Amino acid sequence: MGAPGSAVFAGGGQMMGWRSLLQPHRIVLMALFAGLVVWCAISLRWDWIPEYAPLAIEGAWRTIWILVVTTVVGFLLAIPLGLAQAIGPWYLSMPAKTFCTIIRGTPLLLQIWLLYYGLGSLFPQIPWIRGSELWPYLRQAWPYAVLALTLSYAGYEGEVMRGAFAGVNKGQLEAANAFGMPRFTMFRRIWLPQAIRNVLPTLGGETILQLKATPLVATITVVEIYAVSSRVRSDLFIVYEPLLLLALFYMIIAGIIALLFRRFELKTGSRL
Amino acid sequence: MAMPELTADEEQVPVEETEAIRVTDLHKSFGTLEVLKGVSLTAHKGDVVAIIGGSGSGKSTFLRCINFLETPSSGQIVINGEEVLMRPDGMPVKRRQIERIRTRLGMVFQAFNLWTHRTLLENVIEVPVHVLKVPRAKAIERAQALLERVGLGDRADTFPSYLSGGQQQRAAIARALAVDPSVMLFDEPTSALDPELVGEVLTVIRDLAAEGRTMLLVTHEMKFAREVATHVVYLFEGRIEEQGPPEEVFGNPKSARLQQFLKTVG
Repeated sequence: MGAPGSAVFAGGGQMMGWRSLLQPHRIVLMALFAGLVVWCAISLRWDWIPEYAPLAIEGAWRTIWILVVTTVVGFLLAIPLGLAQAIGPWYLSMPAKTFCTIIRGTPLLLQIWLLYYGLGSLFPQIPWIRGSELWPYLRQAWPYAVLALTLSYAGYEGEVMRGAFAGVNKGQLEAANAFGMPRFTMFRRIWLPQAIRNVLPTLGGETILQLKATPLVATITVVEIYAVSSRVRSDLFIVYEPLLLLALFYMIIAGIIALLFRRFELKTGSRL
Repeated sequence: MAMPELTADEEQVPVEETEAIRVTDLHKSFGTLEVLKGVSLTAHKGDVVAIIGGSGSGKSTFLRCINFLETPSSGQIVINGEEVLMRPDGMPVKRRQIERIRTRLGMVFQAFNLWTHRTLLENVIEVPVHVLKVPRAKAIERAQALLERVGLGDRADTFPSYLSGGQQQRAAIARALAVDPSVMLFDEPTSALDPELVGEVLTVIRDLAAEGRTMLLVTHEMKFAREVATHVVYLFEGRIEEQGPPEEVFGNPKSARLQQFLKTVG
């Protein structure tokens, strides 16, 4: 008790255990929060939940897989986009730079709509596309949603990776060179991992932003978790309760993303 | 009288290759600035060549030209009897060739340049496993022994940034030893270290010299150079001003510039 401040400083996260929660002001805050939760549970309407639960689970699942697919594919695209801008010849770096600038310079909602209403209305007019095996997919909305979100993530992360590649310490690459590492091995073993490690905190934040961009695809009829809450509102005129649950859902997913990235940072030694 | 002399001559010409490195008339310019103005140097197997000289004398550039970290402007470089094929502009003709030659040259940098995203053990096995295709288990066994040898056996799973400069440099030496180099290149290995950490690194290098490793060593540690080197080269403004056995170069310098240099670093 002599120097509580120093204990917190020295221990960082771990020392902030249960003991430190048992301080008067914290107890009051926790009690207020618990009261709020209880009040919500008692006086708000939750009887619609059983009926909409299956749809909500489906929507949540759709939000999650859209997030995972678009970030993974988007990041895979961001690597060549960043590399082209960092060291590519002009005929590679120029298109990459243009792409990133356009993506970052226009609203995502606009991109989604341009792809869906643009490509989506162009494709049906082309007979061989209508006749192709892909048509059953292309007539749905989700491929355009996934494409738009993927390109968006690729555009932002392409810019991040450009800085990441350029920022890797030259001595690290020189050491690889000095030991006769072939160029691709050097890229795969030294340059890329170091670049990613240096921007892991940024990527974590961007992935959370990507999560929070997913509701936009509801505007082109993809039924993900936000669309479910909208349906509850329009069906039953219950506004507030679905939104509260929706906020809770996004917070949990964002928390999981932050946790995953933190573990990743610890593992790669980028958080010292 | 003629017969015994002939026999002696024959004995002096060994059959096998003894030259580890032969550099002939090496030039290097950065833009209009000519840093190396025709440096020639031959190191035989087992030689410890110390390269000394003031700041800007070109000693680091010379060392870095040997494994083509800097592209020479002109000259000839022969390593273990194999000439590096250079285009007229100094670029190696085949990247494959220079990559293969580099794997036999263990380089130690002033700034250590350990790969910061890998533990010490991973640093040491990186080149054997991913370039030389040594089986992983064998590489790990050898890396453990090397880390043990430089006094870091208990730090194998530590990331470089948790270590002192001296420890990092010792690990970097272990990394260079892991490729079983025919020649080791040291580029001012102690210049980035706090004074109290210099000794531990020099001890490791001294051991390597004692076991007969061929080394080229760019250094500011004159006492150390005098002690371990078999041959000392003094560079001044891109030329070899004076060279010879350490007792000659340090004990009886002939050139006025070398005398002046030794007085200032004294």
